[in-house]
Amino acid sequence: MHSGTSDEHVKTITLEAFADCIVPGEKRSPDDRAIAGVSTGGGAVQAGALEMLHHDATGITAGLEALVGMLNGHATTYAADKGITLDGDVPPFVALEFDDRCAIIRTLTTPGHPEKDGWVLLSLFCNMAFDSAAHMSTHDAIAQGHPGLLTIGFELPQDDGLWRFADFSYGRQLAKPHPDTTPSGSPA
Amino acid sequence: MTSIESTDVLVVGSGFGGAIAAYHLAAGGAKVVVLERGPWLQAEDFDHDYLLGKSYTKVFDFVAGDGMSVLSGNCVGGGSVVYFAALPRAPRFTFERQGSIGRRMWPKAISRDTLDPWYDRVSQVIPVVQQGWDDISYAGGLWAAACNHAGRTANPVPVGIDKAKCTNCNWMMAGCKFDAKRSLLFNYLPGAVANGAEIRPLHEVQQLERTDDGGYRVRYNQIDEEDYRITVGSGTIDAKIVIMAAGAGATPVILQRSEATLGKMPHAVGRYFSGNGERLNTAIINEDRAREVLGLDRGNGLAYAANQIGKGPVVANWDHLDGSLPEYRRFSLEQLYFPPGLGTILAQAQGADGPTWLGVEKKEMLRRWQSWLTIFQIVEDDNEGVFGPPPPTGNAYRISQQMLGRGPLSYDPTPNTLGAWAAADAEVRDILERDGIATVLPWTNDLVGAYTVHPLASCRIGDDPETSALDDRHELRGHPGIFVTDGSAVPAALTVNPALTISALAERAMPGIVEAARARGINVSYGAPLPTAAVTKPLMRPVTATQGA
Repeated sequence: MHSGTSDEHVKTITLEAFADCIVPGEKRSPDDRAIAGVSTGGGAVQAGALEMLHHDATGITAGLEALVGMLNGHATTYAADKGITLDGDVPPFVALEFDDRCAIIRTLTTPGHPEKDGWVLLSLFCNMAFDSAAHMSTHDAIAQGHPGLLTIGFELPQDDGLWRFADFSYGRQLAKPHPDTTPSGSPA
Repeated sequence: MTSIESTDVLVVGSGFGGAIAAYHLAAGGAKVVVLERGPWLQAEDFDHDYLLGKSYTKVFDFVAGDGMSVLSGNCVGGGSVVYFAALPRAPRFTFERQGSIGRRMWPKAISRDTLDPWYDRVSQVIPVVQQGWDDISYAGGLWAAACNHAGRTANPVPVGIDKAKCTNCNWMMAGCKFDAKRSLLFNYLPGAVANGAEIRPLHEVQQLERTDDGGYRVRYNQIDEEDYRITVGSGTIDAKIVIMAAGAGATPVILQRSEATLGKMPHAVGRYFSGNGERLNTAIINEDRAREVLGLDRGNGLAYAANQIGKGPVVANWDHLDGSLPEYRRFSLEQLYFPPGLGTILAQAQGADGPTWLGVEKKEMLRRWQSWLTIFQIVEDDNEGVFGPPPPTGNAYRISQQMLGRGPLSYDPTPNTLGAWAAADAEVRDILERDGIATVLPWTNDLVGAYTVHPLASCRIGDDPETSALDDRHELRGHPGIFVTDGSAVPAALTVNPALTISALAERAMPGIVEAARARGINVSYGAPLPTAAVTKPLMRPVTATQGA
């Protein structure tokens, strides 16, 4: 095991580094190793990817430790192949640069890769934490300024918590219909 | 000796195929029980909330396969509760398709002309309405304007929506909170229940067996109402006839599992699956060009930036629905909303080394989410899906508490299908990238394969026993008394949204099914008036019941 890191810490920062590839964000502090810091604003980590992955409803939680071990194994192999010297203070995947981390994920999610299913699931839930905050109530997420919903510009609900858009249409004909349209509005 | 429950007709699934069968058989006097795998939800239960466990995940079944993932309904009302209510009829040439078998795939008894009277009936019941341009969302308007700019046509799509109630909230995939979507909860299902049909939610059928009297014994598991991975009970019901309508992603799996008890299944059970040729493209609209080139203005300083606003697909381009074009070059292009959650990850950004679904460029693309326009291609695929050995229960190995599972479907697109998608991709680019209106990329097929919301053909009708599981009366070959009326009966991709065609086929099958039921000693007649649409109030689950009762 890596010096000065508990198993739990290894698990956390490895998964954070993975999530940061799916939707990158800015570093939480100057010494943040998990987040590569290639983007401004919050990414999947700030959006709650770790909370999401630990949500029992996902069905992935029990497999996280195994995935972390495999990911760091792949990172070690990748580094050896590329002649990259890994910093032993952090897990191998975290020691890699952002582009190298992404390259590994692309390989692992390529059709035909024997471990593909697990990596796709991990990617899916990291992305869900960002684009839909599915680990928390959408209304709480909005109230708390969830970085994913803010980033995508998700509109606010009305006072009763429901979405309604009174203005929704340009209100004019914008194209000619197909000449063979039937009276019922279907293709002929 | 334990008494065994029995009924005249057992219907597996309460979506279009199941609800229509349940209505006609119950209205004709048969005792009907409907077993539905999902929960029974209604307007008060439909949430505007992405939290896992809310209706957004309860009502869906997302099964990842090899090369194809299938999104299906999972609740009383099935696909009608979660769909976008687009209800076009299939174009005439569709019924003449030959696909990979070199001869007409549809039964000779069925053509657009012979199906039109059945389309009419369903259209009356739901009812299907046409949209005016005032009903068209900004996204649909933008697609229409871009088509027009490129010299193409664009049609408002006929829908099953009560326009007066619709708020354009775009949450309709989670079930309509406002009772604006005229799902089966408003027509066929209340009609069936009023005639004595019994609907049992959270009852997942596993297997069929033959009984000594020539009927069938249906084995089911009861599913926990929150955690679908948990089975809370099981049971059996005997029936004189069985209507399979579990959806094209589940009906063949149940039949395959039943081979051990029923005997050999027709070759086409679990083969010839079609994803309806579906594929998604995401365009990032250049807001300035939308204003300058297309003259669009929302009146609030914005040209578009309205991805979130609307009601699913409202406008389609049908220029390639042309029977004179060769097979695999005929397709429709429909503007669509795909909500955050399971789809966004598949949208691709242009990266330094090509399209990418992750990383910095994807994050930048996400910042422009409100300027996304999703285009849904519906091409002709090659029926290349095949189901492998069934999982121990259900239609998938369940991973998540709700929604997500891993299933036995494999789909390796043929050059015909790939060529069709490439042609549709090129057409979308030609329309939307013209004069800098947008940049467009297709969704990646690498992560979860192709993605269909309209699974079809996995247990299809036809005249040829080698390539069809059902005869043209929808009866399972070699297993009299088992009928299939869901999307799995549709022979091939339709080039349009399939719900109305699935329903019309189910309506068409009913006189024959009633006749077969009578021959099996059921006191039932055909010819009840069509159910009246419950304009203001849908079918409500029994007052004392939970979502699972």
